[in-house]
Amino acid sequence: MDLHFKIFRFDPQVDRGPYFRHYTVSAEPEERILDCLNRIKGEQDGTLSYRMSCGHGVCGSDGLRINGTCRLACQALVRDFQCPEIVLEPLPGFKVLKDLVVDMEKFLEGISLFRPYLINRADPPETERKQTPGEREKLGEVIRCILCACCTASCPVSWIDARYAGPAALVWAFRYIFDSRDEDRLERLRQIDHPAGAWGCVNHFECTRVCPKEIPVTKSINQLKREIGKKLRGESGEAEK
Amino acid sequence: MLFAHDIVIVGSGLAGLRAAMEIAPAADAALISKVYPTRSHSGAAQGGIAAALGNEEPDSWEWHMYDTVKGGDYLADQDAAEILARDAPRAIYELEHLGVPFDRTAEGKIAQRAFGGHTRNFGEAAIRRACHAADRSGRVILDTLYWEAVRRGLKVYSEFQMIDLLLEKDQVAGVVVYELATGAIHVFQSRIVLLATGGFGKVYKTTSNCFANTGDGAFLAYRAGIPLEDMEFVQFHPTGIYGLGILISEAARGEGGLLRNGLGDRFMEKYAPTIKDLAPRDLVSRAIATEIREGRGIEGKDFVHLDLTHLGKERLAEKLSDITSFAKIYLGIDAAREPIPVQPTCHYMMGGIPTNIDGQALDHLGRPFPGLYAAGECACLSLHGANRLGCNSLLDLVVFGRLAGRKMVQDLKDLPRREPSGGAGDRSRQRIEKLKARTRGARTQTLRKKMREVMMEDGAVFRNRERLSRALTEIRRLQQEYEKVGLDDRGSRFNSDLLEALELESLLGLAEVIVVSALWREESRGAHYREDFPERDDRNWLKHTLVRQADQAPEIYSRPVTITRFPPQARKY
Repeated sequence: MDLHFKIFRFDPQVDRGPYFRHYTVSAEPEERILDCLNRIKGEQDGTLSYRMSCGHGVCGSDGLRINGTCRLACQALVRDFQCPEIVLEPLPGFKVLKDLVVDMEKFLEGISLFRPYLINRADPPETERKQTPGEREKLGEVIRCILCACCTASCPVSWIDARYAGPAALVWAFRYIFDSRDEDRLERLRQIDHPAGAWGCVNHFECTRVCPKEIPVTKSINQLKREIGKKLRGESGEAEK
Repeated sequence: MLFAHDIVIVGSGLAGLRAAMEIAPAADAALISKVYPTRSHSGAAQGGIAAALGNEEPDSWEWHMYDTVKGGDYLADQDAAEILARDAPRAIYELEHLGVPFDRTAEGKIAQRAFGGHTRNFGEAAIRRACHAADRSGRVILDTLYWEAVRRGLKVYSEFQMIDLLLEKDQVAGVVVYELATGAIHVFQSRIVLLATGGFGKVYKTTSNCFANTGDGAFLAYRAGIPLEDMEFVQFHPTGIYGLGILISEAARGEGGLLRNGLGDRFMEKYAPTIKDLAPRDLVSRAIATEIREGRGIEGKDFVHLDLTHLGKERLAEKLSDITSFAKIYLGIDAAREPIPVQPTCHYMMGGIPTNIDGQALDHLGRPFPGLYAAGECACLSLHGANRLGCNSLLDLVVFGRLAGRKMVQDLKDLPRREPSGGAGDRSRQRIEKLKARTRGARTQTLRKKMREVMMEDGAVFRNRERLSRALTEIRRLQQEYEKVGLDDRGSRFNSDLLEALELESLLGLAEVIVVSALWREESRGAHYREDFPERDDRNWLKHTLVRQADQAPEIYSRPVTITRFPPQARKY
């Protein structure tokens, strides 16, 4: 079938402003929107720029705004777009470098600030550190994060408050706060106990709706808030020093 | 711009990152990657990483080593296989200590599951040896190592693509790099270069590989005069999603999944009576291809079924959630209720840049080329021989990435800084200007599509002289057409049109070497199956293939296999 695409174009060094260009491409219902992009680029217009790599929702390169919703071009199938026109735009709230390519530096720095690595100063045992299946299960959802930025790009708070850490960074904070092997839980909790940290989230649930890996992002942030209450404020008598 | 670092690591998958961790912050290392590091293809590894931890049942490194050698159809160099198997438990504990969230047993140890070709007591039955984090094992290891490397202060240049390797007569001088964001061409001067650029499955039409897997490192080394080893051994993973090639991990069968043909039969019982669906990948892929050829595909078509319906929703959600979601997203199939249509998909290159145990790249006389290193899929140790076992790849990356890193640090003191000879970057600049100047010409996409079809048709699971010769003629014709390839994009920012054209040169060059090697080897071994020479022939072919670029055509020679503990035997499963 023939599909009509309206694609955001902008080269900040050349163009006076962004504009849309229209393309028509034929595709099968089971093909990905990414396949359509590749066909447009390969057959019609090699000047179109976008990122991609694995093509099946694992690497996180091709987050776009497709008909208004942030998602991966490689997880969006043609059969789900029975509409006159498919509009492709770069992730909102991110600086456009060219066409659909956005600047990821600030996003990645935000995650880096939360020290996304295990902190445990004790000498490790000769074999593995023990962790029960129950302890490990707490991480089962957040380790699905592929850093595609769809959540942060969809978050209304992130759009208006540049200081807000955003959902993805909080998912990474969760990843280590709830890892039973990590020693810096309290310090990590203090770091997000802030209006620009966990408290920035006001439950719009947009992040949860768009996450291509189905991470319950908002629920995880609310768990962080409860953990701050318990561990830092002594709610339910659990405060630690 | 001119950048200078003691060590330049090209590629940000597990091999490059693990090597980097050995270096930073002790020495001045820079890592360049054509993608953001966490997009690297190591992250697509699903099933796990092998080690004889014995957490689920008794295991030993000798069994693991034996399985690796037999899995490789006795072409593996056994000194390398021994290091891999012996060092595996240490490597896994190290990853755990760094924070990798492995699944756990009831006692809190690292959980392990069955995987293709991994057996107890030298082939008696399948064994649970694969350490894993659900079915996203590669991704969580990649994330862990990336942030760890950042913590250690590694200098990372993301979206910097290597476009030339600078070798002086007797030492590495650096690399030439294209910066995607600006179009600038930079010379990275260095005393050591580690190529960790991964595989090149994109040579084939059906592949589980990512778009970035275009073999730039292997090709640029070859063009600079370094040979390539065992390139005919191309692994087809048995279970790619029909039509798309997206990987459905062997873990699906490790957890109890079964293959069925159009008659509903468990055909693997016929091909591998002892370990059946958990036979090595070459054997299972050939079995599937045979079933399809003989008309026993599903409804006579070119796929079979992977049946997970008996595993139950809960187990699928806990252990195989990514692949369950792939089936849902791409096929609209609920794997708990319906079987998944699968066909073999190009997955892994056993061949690559020849190296020794320390990761030093070897020249045409088998001597380390000073300053040049390779690790991971772009290298050929040869650890995996003629067929790699599942879960041995991630292990290879962390075990031998580390050894390469250690050796690089030791080597630094003996290697002076070399000025690249004049015009190093100029050559690349001229090449790119020439490409950009050509407005009309063949489209990259057209040539690439044709190459992939040719390789799939005539250079994949079943091969013979006639088909391979046809493929070689066609690839060389495409190489000639490539000389006239034209671009749409003459801009300087994120010009992927240009980069895809440059990558196509790598892919075509590597396709040629694969076919030349496959034509030369007149026997069947591991993943290389010749219909006109269907038996393994140890008397004439128990040797590694080496191909070197010569003036007229590629020049082929060989080197012996290192055999220490396990003399070749018939390979039955």
